[in-house]
Amino acid sequence: MKGLPPVLITAIVLVAGFALCAMQFPNIASTRVVGNLLTDNAFLGIVATGMTFVIISGGIDLSVGSVIGFTTVFVALAIERWGVPPLVAFVAILALSAAFGGAMGAVIHVFDLPPFIVTLAGMFLARGASFLLSTESVPITAPVYSTVSDFALRMPGGGRLTAIAIIMLVIVIGGALLLHLTRFGANVYALGGSRATASLMGVAVGKMTVKIYMLSSLLAGIAGIVFSFYTSAGYSLSAVGVELDTIAAVVIGGTLLTGGQGSVIGTFLGVLIQGLIQTYINFDGTLSSWWTKIATGVLLFAFIALQQGLVALARRPAAKRAGAAT
Amino acid sequence: MTALLPRRGLAQILALIVILAVDRIVSPQFFDLRLQDGRLFGSLIDVLNRGTPVALLSLGMVLVIATRGIDLSVGAVMAISGAIAASLADSHGLPIVLAAALGAGLICGLWNGFLVAVLGMQPIVATLILMVAGRGIAQLITEGRIVTFSSPDLVWLGNGAVLGLPMPIAIALGMLILTGAVVRGSALGLLIEATGGNARASELAGVGTRAMILAVYVWCGICAALAGVIAAADIMGADANNAGLWLELDAILAVVIGGTSLFGGRFSLVLAVLGALIIQTMNTGILLSGYPPEFNLLVKAVVVMTVLLLQSPKFSGIAGIAARLRRSKA
Repeated sequence: MKGLPPVLITAIVLVAGFALCAMQFPNIASTRVVGNLLTDNAFLGIVATGMTFVIISGGIDLSVGSVIGFTTVFVALAIERWGVPPLVAFVAILALSAAFGGAMGAVIHVFDLPPFIVTLAGMFLARGASFLLSTESVPITAPVYSTVSDFALRMPGGGRLTAIAIIMLVIVIGGALLLHLTRFGANVYALGGSRATASLMGVAVGKMTVKIYMLSSLLAGIAGIVFSFYTSAGYSLSAVGVELDTIAAVVIGGTLLTGGQGSVIGTFLGVLIQGLIQTYINFDGTLSSWWTKIATGVLLFAFIALQQGLVALARRPAAKRAGAAT
Repeated sequence: MTALLPRRGLAQILALIVILAVDRIVSPQFFDLRLQDGRLFGSLIDVLNRGTPVALLSLGMVLVIATRGIDLSVGAVMAISGAIAASLADSHGLPIVLAAALGAGLICGLWNGFLVAVLGMQPIVATLILMVAGRGIAQLITEGRIVTFSSPDLVWLGNGAVLGLPMPIAIALGMLILTGAVVRGSALGLLIEATGGNARASELAGVGTRAMILAVYVWCGICAALAGVIAAADIMGADANNAGLWLELDAILAVVIGGTSLFGGRFSLVLAVLGALIIQTMNTGILLSGYPPEFNLLVKAVVVMTVLLLQSPKFSGIAGIAARLRRSKA
């Protein structure tokens, strides 16, 4: 009845795309390129993991890009200007972003407001706050940063698996375990399936909503720290529009935007597909960067149309059975 | 409901008056108007002029939201139509330029409407596609450059004046009257509200909900295209990267401030435009007050949350309980 699960289709698209790119540019199929792909998209993979939870639960979080921007500025200022040890700064910003997400979740639940608008306000708030802190790019020169940037596991073929890529992989695996193997994960699916049903089944809907948005903002905070490692600077305009890339990655990964279905692994594959498009355009050299946007748009359309078809197929036999029963 | 401004518009009008009063305090010349070369000048006119793109967007957006939809692509559509207008301006006459730009908006609207009404996609997702791809298409048209033009006709559209009013304001006013006449002068507005209130019930009652949804997205696309042309005419060029960037959020905000629920149903065109003016008055006020423009986003966030909380049924429920408690004590 279900046919191919969406994750498999995403995986096939990724493998086929990779094969096509490798045929044209044999150098793409090297651990160096793959290592860079993971490093360049590390922050995206981390936020997208959090966004997967939010979207499966039937919500959306538009504030993640701004939280990343705020985190980079906060961390840079804390370390460079206020003389805070980096680790303390990291803990402080993570606590702050978790509280921020929790507050958004609480407002969404208590006042029964659409997540779209509440997180939109959160997006303005976080971006505005980062502008207030500093409108200039603040370079970070702390020794931790150069140590982390230099750290990398050598892969066969000369590729480097950098520290931030490892952080991303750990978070993706952790996220997948949390979503698929724990009660928390099951509750996330239940919320996305139907809020009322979940509540009747004994899921504490309010607490779950707060926790889900808290998780998303917390991961956005981690992504912000990773982003500051990536650029060795804090800038209030960094990661503008990342929420869109994130949502696109989640959707391409086979998660239903209506909630109730999806997986962290699919999202990870979605991030890789976006990275692959970017890599291909870099390799080609003659294509302009705006083709990335158009290709992402086309992929988005293809995947949503596919999901629409799958959902319609899944519904038809059910309707028939219901018809036979009456 | 019979008057143009229903009673529920009171809060918005009060909010605008309060913000205007604050603006008057930070800048004593705020209400000064003067006529020069047949065109009015002054801060108030400036607010109206700068508010035009968002006001135009909100005109289309409010209809889309009334059907329980949302259109995230309006900023990208602005970029596309601006790019088309700017590239054609120096080689073609104004009618052709306008027709091409608005035609592009119409096609974008048709695409969105087709995805939502025919394929049954969720509006956020359906319009997200064009939001992501649209800016790429606009850059394709301008070939990644900032296209400038000097055609006096198109420039007049952005900087000219008619009866003392700057052209953009006159156009927005015209569009408001036109949309109002079409939507409220016929049963169309009611049918749109019915579609948003309960699409299935309306369908069963004989409302052509698909046609309604298609129509509002098309109208939204055309309004966005017009806003794009005006924005391009204003700066005599088209910048595919930045034209209309994030304006979709301002437009949605304007509609929400105007009291139209994101869950569809009753809507008000006038209040949506008023919402756009409130946002612009706030922006101008912050600029005039000498505070860094960085405060803009913070103030906006606070205003959104206040308006949302005031509109939330839960919040008014709490307020109602409090009022009842007070009454029972007395």
